[in-house]
Amino acid sequence: MSHRPTVHLRERSKRAVKDEQMRKAVEKAVDRLSGNRLKAEREMPNWDEWREQGKRIRKHTVNHLDYYLGQLAESVRNKGGHIYFAQTATEAQEIIIKICKEKNAKLIAKSKSMVTEEIHLNLALEKENMKVVETDLAEYILQLAGETPSHIIVPAIHKNRYQIAELFSKVAGQKIEPDTPSLTTFARKTLRKTFMAADVGITGCNFAIADTGAISLVTNEGNARMVTSLPKVLISVMGMERVLPTFEDLEVMLSLLPRHATGQKLTSYISVVNAPRSKDEGDGAEEFHLVIVDNGRSKLLADEEYRQALHCIRCGACFNVCPVYRQIGGHAYGSVYSGPIGAVITPFLQDDFDFWGELAYATTLCGACSAACAVKIPLHDLLINIRRTRVELGFTHPLEKMGFKMWRRIFKIPGRYKFAMKFGSFAQRPFMNDGYIQSGPPPLANWTNSRYFPAAADKTFREIWQEKNK
Amino acid sequence: MKASIFITCICDGIYPRVGEAMVRVLEKQGVELDFPSGQTCCGQPALTSGYWDDAREIAKTLLDSFKDSSCVVTPAGSCLAAIKEFYPVLFEKDKYYYNLSKELIGKIHEFSEFLVKVLQATNVRERYPYRYPYRFPYRVTYHSSCHPRRFLGIDQHMYTLLKNVKDLDFVPLAHEDQCCGFGGTFSVKMPEISEAMVDAKVADILNTGADVVVGTDLSCLMNIDGRLRKQGSKVRVMHIAELLDEGMRM
Repeated sequence: MSHRPTVHLRERSKRAVKDEQMRKAVEKAVDRLSGNRLKAEREMPNWDEWREQGKRIRKHTVNHLDYYLGQLAESVRNKGGHIYFAQTATEAQEIIIKICKEKNAKLIAKSKSMVTEEIHLNLALEKENMKVVETDLAEYILQLAGETPSHIIVPAIHKNRYQIAELFSKVAGQKIEPDTPSLTTFARKTLRKTFMAADVGITGCNFAIADTGAISLVTNEGNARMVTSLPKVLISVMGMERVLPTFEDLEVMLSLLPRHATGQKLTSYISVVNAPRSKDEGDGAEEFHLVIVDNGRSKLLADEEYRQALHCIRCGACFNVCPVYRQIGGHAYGSVYSGPIGAVITPFLQDDFDFWGELAYATTLCGACSAACAVKIPLHDLLINIRRTRVELGFTHPLEKMGFKMWRRIFKIPGRYKFAMKFGSFAQRPFMNDGYIQSGPPPLANWTNSRYFPAAADKTFREIWQEKNK
Repeated sequence: MKASIFITCICDGIYPRVGEAMVRVLEKQGVELDFPSGQTCCGQPALTSGYWDDAREIAKTLLDSFKDSSCVVTPAGSCLAAIKEFYPVLFEKDKYYYNLSKELIGKIHEFSEFLVKVLQATNVRERYPYRYPYRFPYRVTYHSSCHPRRFLGIDQHMYTLLKNVKDLDFVPLAHEDQCCGFGGTFSVKMPEISEAMVDAKVADILNTGADVVVGTDLSCLMNIDGRLRKQGSKVRVMHIAELLDEGMRM
């Protein structure tokens, strides 16, 4: 896999915690976002019932995904749109390249889409000599910087405005001030030209509505509206689970999504696109292609437990409350989707529990993700499941495996356990200082490099108890 | 009232003083305690690392040990959460141990929950007004721990207990819902992230100006204490049983 990091998670996180600037930017942003979510929660009555309802809808849809995808395909075709099912990332790339080539596309305007990141679409299109311009402000920033999103909702969360001003100044050939109005004015002016000139527009899809074939897009910048209405050809790409049965279901999702993502009641723009344009409509794309991507999702669907990860509505609330994400940001995960949900789905999307299953150790299992999830996915349970799967597949370290076997043998028999406790309190003596092991041998060194480890007591509680109650 | 102690391996081996403090506080409350000697560990390290076959064997020893107890009390919320969250799933296919799990879950309580909810002894001073004046003249902050907070929903009992301690100056902790970075094997598998997390926690603790940080979960306290000691801080880290015990003698 060309997009696979060259070093392991531990090494990546080691580097990340040294990046003070990134950590400050991330900490500030996630604290603000999760604070806003809590405020939205306080302002909305029956918050938990909304989440429960959201969960019911997602569960029902995912459990009947074949039916709703069939219905969606039919609705889109009935309106004159084209539908494609791509089993792999490569297949999805090929489908989109083919459409663009047929249209002789030179310039493509894109709105924010994680699934196109997942299939590495920009690279594939650029290889075919097409110019792709990201029109979401954060994605535009990342495109200029040659970076990938580090958060599914706030892709450039790791950057501060001074870094952004520097990037823009380079493109503009003049100094752009590091304040929000100057930055957005520059981006707007530059991107306007792209919207007008683009041959093809490519969007993601927050939710597709099965019974009407409409695509909904949630943004704060209105760029998706431009992308869907100005270019003659519109391609929307969606993960195969991004479908809802009806508009009534969309109402529930739109009550949950912005509130959980940013604490907004609604985002500035919610676009529901019924493409292609009909004869009596004055604007909109003349051609519409909907590409539905599997890319490993079927494997999630096949397992009753893991299937719950497909309920995700990509609000990013789990990122914003995750104490691990708060410290290392998104890039240390090395995957397209980071944070708790990314750690769950990536081994499936990449079909690799060995390398990518490691992400399931980037968690203390504190449960903040599950508690914040808009549709109540038990993320921490699924993370433990991945660890279990890794044990079953034999991907854990042989020493760890042996260690747990020994632990089981000792802890199963109280006599052995007592002996082990005694042995431990003797064995630690060379390392003990003032009631602590201040600098231990490996693997304890991993602990003592940053913390003292408390020495085992001379007498265990059970010894004290037994002496007292003789 | 009779109750059995589930001491947990961390308290047994490293913090027996917390167990002793718990015993003194509960005995003053008139609780008759016993200690089933077959117990070792709840199995959490293996459970959360994915070694469920190993965990199952250890869980059985625990279930066997407390089979005949009518009520169980434990000083560690994390171990209790492991039992409540995982045992029924662990023994899905073993009816005997599944039933024992359900039974244990129905009768086991974390220490602060046991005091406030089961004994309703939120104020030890009131119950023993003359013999045991109950005061703790220090500034105290509270790390609520993820398991008691999110999985057990018993973190608020601490406030009830602390409110009733005379002369105690309570200061709330910023980012109180943030994990301290322990996470069991996480702390040694991802030590750099763990350190960054505990550093954030310790910084918040130091910002309160507290003399003491109190909690109900020994593993988190061990982590926080280890970092504070390494930094040479004087802030004391105490389990609530120790604080109450010390408070009773003052």
